Amino acid sequence: MRELVAPALAIAVCVLVGNLLILAVGQQPLEVWSVLAAGTWGNGYGIGQVLFKATPLALAGLSVAIALNAGLFNIGAEGQLSLGALATAVVGLALPRSTPWPLALFAAIGAGVIAGAVVGAIPGVLKARFGAHEVIGTIMLNFIVLALINWLVAPGRLAQPESQSTAPVIAAATIPRLSSFVPALGGSAASLAALLAVAVAWLTHFGFRRTTLGYELVAFGLRPAAAEAGGIRAGRVIVVAMALSGGVAGLVGANNVLGYKHYFEAGFSGGIGFMGLAVALLGRNHPLGILLAALLFGTLSQGALAINGVVPKELIDVLQAIVILAVVAASSDVLRRGTR
Amino acid sequence: MIGTLLLQTLALAIPYVLAALGGVFSERGGVINIALEGMLLTGAFFAALGAHAGGTTLGLVAAVGASAALAGLHGLLCVRFRADHVAAGLGINLLASGLTRFLLMACFDSASNSPMLPGMGQGVLASPMLWGTIILVALSHVALARTPFGLRLRAAGEHPQAAHSLGVPVDRVKICGVIASGALAGLGGAFLALDNHQFTAEMSAGRGYIALAAVIFGKWRPVPVAAACLLFAFADALQIELQAVLSGYKQFVQILPYALTLAVLAGFIGRSRPPAALGAR
Repeated sequence: MRELVAPALAIAVCVLVGNLLILAVGQQPLEVWSVLAAGTWGNGYGIGQVLFKATPLALAGLSVAIALNAGLFNIGAEGQLSLGALATAVVGLALPRSTPWPLALFAAIGAGVIAGAVVGAIPGVLKARFGAHEVIGTIMLNFIVLALINWLVAPGRLAQPESQSTAPVIAAATIPRLSSFVPALGGSAASLAALLAVAVAWLTHFGFRRTTLGYELVAFGLRPAAAEAGGIRAGRVIVVAMALSGGVAGLVGANNVLGYKHYFEAGFSGGIGFMGLAVALLGRNHPLGILLAALLFGTLSQGALAINGVVPKELIDVLQAIVILAVVAASSDVLRRGTR
Repeated sequence: MIGTLLLQTLALAIPYVLAALGGVFSERGGVINIALEGMLLTGAFFAALGAHAGGTTLGLVAAVGASAALAGLHGLLCVRFRADHVAAGLGINLLASGLTRFLLMACFDSASNSPMLPGMGQGVLASPMLWGTIILVALSHVALARTPFGLRLRAAGEHPQAAHSLGVPVDRVKICGVIASGALAGLGGAFLALDNHQFTAEMSAGRGYIALAAVIFGKWRPVPVAAACLLFAFADALQIELQAVLSGYKQFVQILPYALTLAVLAGFIGRSRPPAALGAR
């Protein structure tokens, strides 16, 4: 039960601050919240859109959680998922049209994961070998990777003539929409990739509980010195954790290309790296918690579009930050009570 | 060209130096300050709001006040609530990003920028903020090295228990250090907005993180930290000049300051030793 104290407190503070801001712009809180609810869980299309928004959030949250379990902050999801998306698109469009779908999906998703893992591993190596702090490292690398992608995705290189996007991937490499199986979702953009997020959540849960590598990561995250004394190699843990975290961030990019856009377009991922941190913290770094937190943030993010006519949609960004701060403040309090 | 390059370096250095000086006060007291980024951004927005409402002076006051208040929240979370400093700092940055865009919409009805603002003087050499910044570097050095407050702050960052046993109000001293960092970073943000004659969303653009790298590179001492900031500002100025020459490869030129930051963090720091209790909760 104690695990639920911090999230419950966070949501309470979030509602309180939300009410104050809504009043400050001269609107009625209850009215805004009901518009938000109606635009999200009020109909099939809304529910589908929430799932659509929650999928990348869940994956980004899992990505951050993997690094966080090893005591590392991976704030570089932006760069990792962007290069992941580009790699997915390039492989997906280069495949022969006759490629069977399991192979096409595997190759395209694999390319995204590998690209994300490489971008994630670089700040890991910089930290493990040279002691460069991973927060500054991942953020600097974000700027570098995004500039590189800007150069690569231009007409004459990877982009179509007169555009900032690549050609579409082959049909066999696309992930079908949920609404083609469940008509009630009313043509919303959610795809089967939502199930992929659930699968990755289960995999990370299993990996951390039942594998040697998972044990090493968690042991290092809890007490680095003790773990090293027990024969765990710090450098290896740091690089592997950052690469795994980057790989899952790469999945966010693959999902955007194969499940939604079907091609790569620069600048699609506004701030998802930081949102992943919010999801991981609110979900208490636990896979099931992360899925629930992703649904909540997915609701807020879809709800932002619904309320935009009444209050500025940036309200939702403020609320997400409040959730992080409240969780950060409350969880350490819970921790201290536990050790006393 | 050399002349404009150097003048540009000075202008670009001001926000870096002010934010990094702030970082020194916070981290010498043992509080990691990733939140410099958000404090710069907050300072920039409130400078624009104040300058729009009542001129440059009001802008500066509003920037310092708002950013110091945000820093107070960071200090409260880290010191009183014993929160993880990095997580709290990232939360503060997200709050600053959301809040400035929310207020931009609420006050100026725009998603991207404020109206045009009055600036300060012609050119960087005529700007009172250049001379103010130089004086603040010297004052920071004296404050840390030669005053009772500086001694207490350093003691709190090196060995809080020992400081506490000598009767130093450790928590209060630490929070004062963080609030000072907010005031300084807010001033840096104000320069960003006033120098551009406008606030634009997300205009801090990673400068807070680069300033933090300069704090580490300058070994947590005001004068070397300011010198490190000049280096980063020079890379920034060079990048702007080179973009005109190498327009086909401007994306590669743009990454210069970021790549330099990475290289400095990874390689040239040598044996720099952070305050012993940095990040302790």
